[in-house]
Amino acid sequence: MLAFITELLAAPAVGTALLIGSLVAVTSGVVGVFVVVRGQSFAGHALGDIGTTGAAAAYLGGVPALYGFIGVGVLGGLAIERLGERARERDIATGIVLSFLLGVGSLLLYFMTQRISATGGPVAILFGSIFTVDPAVTLPVALFSLLALLLLGFLYRPLVFASVHPQAARARGVPLQGVGILFMLALAIAVEESALVAGALLSTALLIGPAAAAVRWTRHIGQAAAVAALLGLVTVWLGIALAYQSYFWSGAHRGWPVSFFIVMLVLLEYLLARIGPAKRASRSDAPREAA
Amino acid sequence: MSSLNAELEREDAVLELSGLRVRLGGRAVLQDIDLRVRPGEFVGVIGANGAGKTTLLKVILGLVRPDEGQVRIAGRDVRDARSLVGYVPQSFSPDPDLPLRARDLVALGLDGARWGFSLGGRQRRGRIDEALSWVDAERYADQPIGRLSGGELQRLLVAQALIAQPRMVLLDEPLANLDLRSQDDVVDLVGRVAHERGVTVVLVTHDMNPLLPVMDRILYLARGQAALGTVDEVVRGDVLSQLYGHHVDVVRVHGRILVVGGTDSESLTCSTCDG
Repeated sequence: MLAFITELLAAPAVGTALLIGSLVAVTSGVVGVFVVVRGQSFAGHALGDIGTTGAAAAYLGGVPALYGFIGVGVLGGLAIERLGERARERDIATGIVLSFLLGVGSLLLYFMTQRISATGGPVAILFGSIFTVDPAVTLPVALFSLLALLLLGFLYRPLVFASVHPQAARARGVPLQGVGILFMLALAIAVEESALVAGALLSTALLIGPAAAAVRWTRHIGQAAAVAALLGLVTVWLGIALAYQSYFWSGAHRGWPVSFFIVMLVLLEYLLARIGPAKRASRSDAPREAA
Repeated sequence: MSSLNAELEREDAVLELSGLRVRLGGRAVLQDIDLRVRPGEFVGVIGANGAGKTTLLKVILGLVRPDEGQVRIAGRDVRDARSLVGYVPQSFSPDPDLPLRARDLVALGLDGARWGFSLGGRQRRGRIDEALSWVDAERYADQPIGRLSGGELQRLLVAQALIAQPRMVLLDEPLANLDLRSQDDVVDLVGRVAHERGVTVVLVTHDMNPLLPVMDRILYLARGQAALGTVDEVVRGDVLSQLYGHHVDVVRVHGRILVVGGTDSESLTCSTCDG
């Protein structure tokens, strides 16, 4: 076991994968708690899908996929938020933005398959490419993560208020629109970073899975964010280790995709959270922290 | 009443509406509303759906600007008076898994609109505990709100409104979806807020009966117009008939008041559904 870990860490591609994966896991976990509490997982999923378009454009233009993912994610997120101001409209707005941008994306993916140099691109975009990620994007990923987390830190109280009871928050002077747009920005960053690791199609797994389990086990939002980040980290590390190990499972010496393992682990966490005991409701069970 | 007294009362008014008119989408939602509410007074705003209750609330909260007339809170413009008004929104049913404790919900009323994290601290915690004790919610202070009953949740929303120490609280249908016992508990609690803590209470609801023991005055809304006074002054056949524009009878049965329409014989809640 120890030998396996040493060997794992010695591989340079694995080091980069672990670093980027960890940044993404923490960001997705923390942002994901708010996505779950606000009931915005459809928007999160849509942002992942439309990231495909940006990443394909970036591939064709010779720019790192990360920028394509984030660029289109942010624009799409703002479009969803602008078009769907009322909750009832939001689903429809999300659907419209999603189908339009995916349509453009499918054209770009088609162009990629026509170019010999980019044939591996569509698979990498859709299903993740953590082991082939350019180490040079580590710093931008770290900066984007920092930006998303700082944004959430800044938004924290009004965002909780607006998510729990929007009418009360509005009456107390919380600018609901501004809070919604800034949160969408953080969400776009988290989803698109996650798309880099788990692929555009599966990017919501890291966003929703750990958060949904954490929300069930914890009593307040800060706690939920910490548990979700931790669960995300464990998921990504285990996923990467299993993917690396899978290289030796068949004679063909081709590893299985990391995203597959991540999604399996996320499902496991969620099932455990559903069937296991939820947060305890009686006060005597919960030692109160000192002020 | 001498003009000097009138002057004093004017100075004292926590909430003052004068000549209020609001039109929404070409329809007059509120017309000629005049109201002056004193500190510690409990005013029930009664009316059916579509009578203009919600619009009146929004005007007092500064969320809707009146087309005519003035709203002043403790002598100030509504926009400068936000901190003086506590708002108790309609209750809600949080997800059972929502990771938010009762105390967190109450704390939102203290600093939920401020950016960033709260640094916590003993003083803040003390204020939250105090607000919880005002509504007798210490017992479930640390429980997740998704697992509380409607009455418990309503108490927390009252604490959330009171924690910033407002001069006035506005309650929007606080008795909706509560069983009769919880309704009485909430009414009793809100009555004490007004009469013991001296906080002006404006409570909006469609049924006046639960409020009869505590309400000082009633603002009865129908067709965008209002009748104001004590229950005995307002809830009378002649006054309400004029307000509705058709004949209604007021019937008292076992200490409850029913307003019965002239043509149909449904009780208050439906005879006033003139939308």
